[in-house]
Amino acid sequence: MPSGRFEFHAEWLRDEPCDATTTGQNLGTGVNSLLAGRKAAGNMRFGARSAGHSLHPSFFFLRRSRRPQESLTVWQQESKLSPLGENLMDYSCSNYELACGECGKRYGNRPLSACPDCLAPLEIVYDLLNAKGVFTRDSIARGPASIWRYARLLPVPEGFQPDLPVGFTPLIHASRLGASIGASNLYVKNDAVCFPTLSFKDRVVAVALANAQKFGFDTVGCSSTGNLANSVAAQAARLGLKACILVPADLEPAKILNTLVYGARLIRIDGNYDHVNRLSIQIADEYNWGFVNVNLRPYYAEGSKTVGYEIAEQLGWRLPDNVVVPMAGGSLIRKIRKAFNELIFLGLVKKPARPVRFFGAQATGCSPISVAVKTGTDIVPQRPNTIARSLAIGNPADGPAAAKMILAEGGWAEDVSDIEIVSGIQELAETEGIFTETAGGVTTAVAARLCAEGRIAPGETTVICITGNGLKTTDALAGRYDHIDSRAIRPRLADFDACLRSLDGTPEPELIAAGER
Amino acid sequence: MSIKVVLPTAFTRHTDGRKQFDSAAANLPALLSEFDRTFPALSTQIKDENGKLRKFINIYINDEDIRFLGGDAYAFQDGDEVMLIPSIAGGRSYICFTIGMSGTGNARAVFP
Repeated sequence: MPSGRFEFHAEWLRDEPCDATTTGQNLGTGVNSLLAGRKAAGNMRFGARSAGHSLHPSFFFLRRSRRPQESLTVWQQESKLSPLGENLMDYSCSNYELACGECGKRYGNRPLSACPDCLAPLEIVYDLLNAKGVFTRDSIARGPASIWRYARLLPVPEGFQPDLPVGFTPLIHASRLGASIGASNLYVKNDAVCFPTLSFKDRVVAVALANAQKFGFDTVGCSSTGNLANSVAAQAARLGLKACILVPADLEPAKILNTLVYGARLIRIDGNYDHVNRLSIQIADEYNWGFVNVNLRPYYAEGSKTVGYEIAEQLGWRLPDNVVVPMAGGSLIRKIRKAFNELIFLGLVKKPARPVRFFGAQATGCSPISVAVKTGTDIVPQRPNTIARSLAIGNPADGPAAAKMILAEGGWAEDVSDIEIVSGIQELAETEGIFTETAGGVTTAVAARLCAEGRIAPGETTVICITGNGLKTTDALAGRYDHIDSRAIRPRLADFDACLRSLDGTPEPELIAAGER
Repeated sequence: MSIKVVLPTAFTRHTDGRKQFDSAAANLPALLSEFDRTFPALSTQIKDENGKLRKFINIYINDEDIRFLGGDAYAFQDGDEVMLIPSIAGGRSYICFTIGMSGTGNARAVFP
């Protein structure tokens, strides 16, 4: 090993069978001033590896204010660098750090989402060997009834004291829905009741904001199709952070209201989500803000793993045969799989004889990932046109990886029409008493189709992931229930009886004179 | 004919700090060729080993993804703003073992 390099390396485990295994590159040569202090203070396994890599601070999206044309010299003077040149916005951790999934370089922990060298997305990697014997069924059972029971495998900074009971939502056996669609062993993972804002986004935001605080951001933000906006606004309020949130202008009114009520600054953008997302990337490049799904994205995305941990634990520490997951950007479905793989490695669940199959669900009006899976082609961006606005991402960031993963594991993807989405909402509500938003209608309708097509066998253990609450998208049901505006009846038993017959579609009984019969 | 090229801050280490500049390139391939001459280090960063634009970069013409406009075949119009925006996505879901402590060896496993 060349002199000056640290004498350790990483072995990377692929969780996608089609990927080549990569050996992480050692970046320990030429320790520069940027992180020199961190090397001494931090742990040697993670901190030291990142210590030697010289990065221009511009990669960290650390700008204090909007100065489009300022010189680098001025910028460096005003960025959060210590007198010794140490970047104050990073931290070291012995359990996890950022790594590039393409070139393998590792970057410690900082608000950074793309590899400065090869531009590939960054991912959180963990010291799983160190977690063996620590992250156990017993230790988890002793934890709180929230996502924080899995904190050991989440990128949560040391010393962070969570106080919100986020997640750990019910997994219910859905026998009536199962009977309806032909799946006798069907379960619903119900994030329609996730705390605090009734969607699975509460999980990812909780993890992202834990890091936003650690990095020292006083303003956080996001681009959102609604649920994320609600969650960032609520949890930022709880933590005393300012929030600036960007949404497409045509977002459902309930989701806008459910953002504004927390005091967040909400900016409607005249465009679809992909326009909003592009703008948010530019903003994160110019402002010193923590955008949960831009410069905090690697941390944020890890929160989705908790859906997978909970499914396994709530099934009695076993994995299902199939999981049906709604897809917008394509991140959730991959993170559930990552969670399952971690549990297998750590021995918390038995490796199934057949890999868990993942089924992606999209609306036909925005189905780039579903189309890619079904045609075996690359993702082709689409212009969204669907009532399932929370899934309406035409250029899904994680779409290529999601499609690849689904096919590699023997899964599939389907998409359904807006009419089917509404039917899915109604079917889930009428059979299981769960009112989900349009995304949940997509998932339910796709699950029904997969069963009908025989892609999911009747007796297999199947979990469908319901990710949001129907109270946020009531406009999708407008016109479906005529009697909302029906005439009120007089408070008389006869009127009630007549009303009931009318609702049941039975004719009024004919009046029969006494003695005729 | 002149277009305005806008780069993210991450690329300015290769452009002497310039985030915006004008170009007379007729289309995207011509613009990338121009980078070869004017900012060779930038060219190296944004292209893969086959000379193709890396998949992690999106190109926008004004507010529109160039893929909706015909991609490489799109002819730049006078006054167009051409933006290079990094794609923000999750990376590969690797699971990593860090081998730094004595006795752990080069453990390795393949899932599933």
